[in-house]
Amino acid sequence: MAEQTIPPGAGDHDRGGGRGVEPARPGAGPGAEPKPDAAVVRDALGVGVAVGLSGFAFGVTSAGSGLTALQTCVLSLLVFTGASQFALVGALAGGGNPFTAAAGAFFLGVRNAFYGLRLSQVLALPRAVRPFAAHWVIDETTAVTLAQPTRRGARIGFTVTGVSLYVLWNLTTLLGALGAEAIGDTDAWGLDAAGPAVFLALLAPMLRTTRERAAAALAVVLGLGLLPVLPGGVPVLVAALAAPMVLYVEGRVADRTLRREAR
Amino acid sequence: MTIWIAIALTFVGCYLVKLAGLLVPAGALERPLVRRLAALLPVALLAALTAQQAFGDGRELVLDAKAAGLAAAAVALLLRAPFLVVIAAAVAVTAGVRALTG
Repeated sequence: MAEQTIPPGAGDHDRGGGRGVEPARPGAGPGAEPKPDAAVVRDALGVGVAVGLSGFAFGVTSAGSGLTALQTCVLSLLVFTGASQFALVGALAGGGNPFTAAAGAFFLGVRNAFYGLRLSQVLALPRAVRPFAAHWVIDETTAVTLAQPTRRGARIGFTVTGVSLYVLWNLTTLLGALGAEAIGDTDAWGLDAAGPAVFLALLAPMLRTTRERAAAALAVVLGLGLLPVLPGGVPVLVAALAAPMVLYVEGRVADRTLRREAR
Repeated sequence: MTIWIAIALTFVGCYLVKLAGLLVPAGALERPLVRRLAALLPVALLAALTAQQAFGDGRELVLDAKAAGLAAAAVALLLRAPFLVVIAAAVAVTAGVRALTG
């Protein structure tokens, strides 16, 4: 993951995103060089396999929350966006009614719409393919796709990540649901730490400039600060406002600098 | 039945938002500000999710063994460890801390 490079046409280039404030990353390759297909496939499989295997943790958690193996597997097959799935079974286990439980999961899923906005630019998919590709628009496929320097690489990355993650996520969900009783307390095995670790690994390569870091830091403050006061799923959406807020401040600072330099 | 209703609603809602993102006309995204925003939104969302999953339990903030696991993942990332090693480090350290602290 850490070797992934910057996608072309990422909004960063139109206002000096590459103005040399990137962190020094020893060994990181140059950003715009073409990347061999095999390297893209390797990166994509790395994410697809690692995250796909964490379907096991979902299967165990879901079965432990009182869902049947069939319900657990249908969730992974049809919803296929991990954070929403975890949120749904968590809410149902806590005795939530189906509508509020689904609303929380839905709010968490709304971020995939923003990913889709970026992906449709980068992938340039034919309209007929989009309804099928949509099912795979999730954190991991987005991170791998946006990390590729070329459109060909992006399409390969999206497809390989999508296929490998979908197949493994569903297989390991089934195994987890069936094996939940045998394992006992999944928290004792530390499996609940897999989720945040996955998100952190996906986020890390994106924190290239001050802009990204400021947005991430502000989002963490908003997400944690609002967690106790807003219904499940909503704090994450409010935290997304960190992005426009950072851009607004950045714009104000840039305007002031321009005016000063205009003399 | 209740659970099936929740599953159906979640499926339809989550699929439609995924599709909506892909179907927005490309022209709407040509403006530089929109492009910068679309690039920055995933950063904010992932950061908030990471923090909530590590330090949140329902609507409560908690500081438990998961924090140690997340720190281990961060160290592994700084050392440029492969993806699976990062996840494994988080899981192993979390389990280890729980085993030690009971």
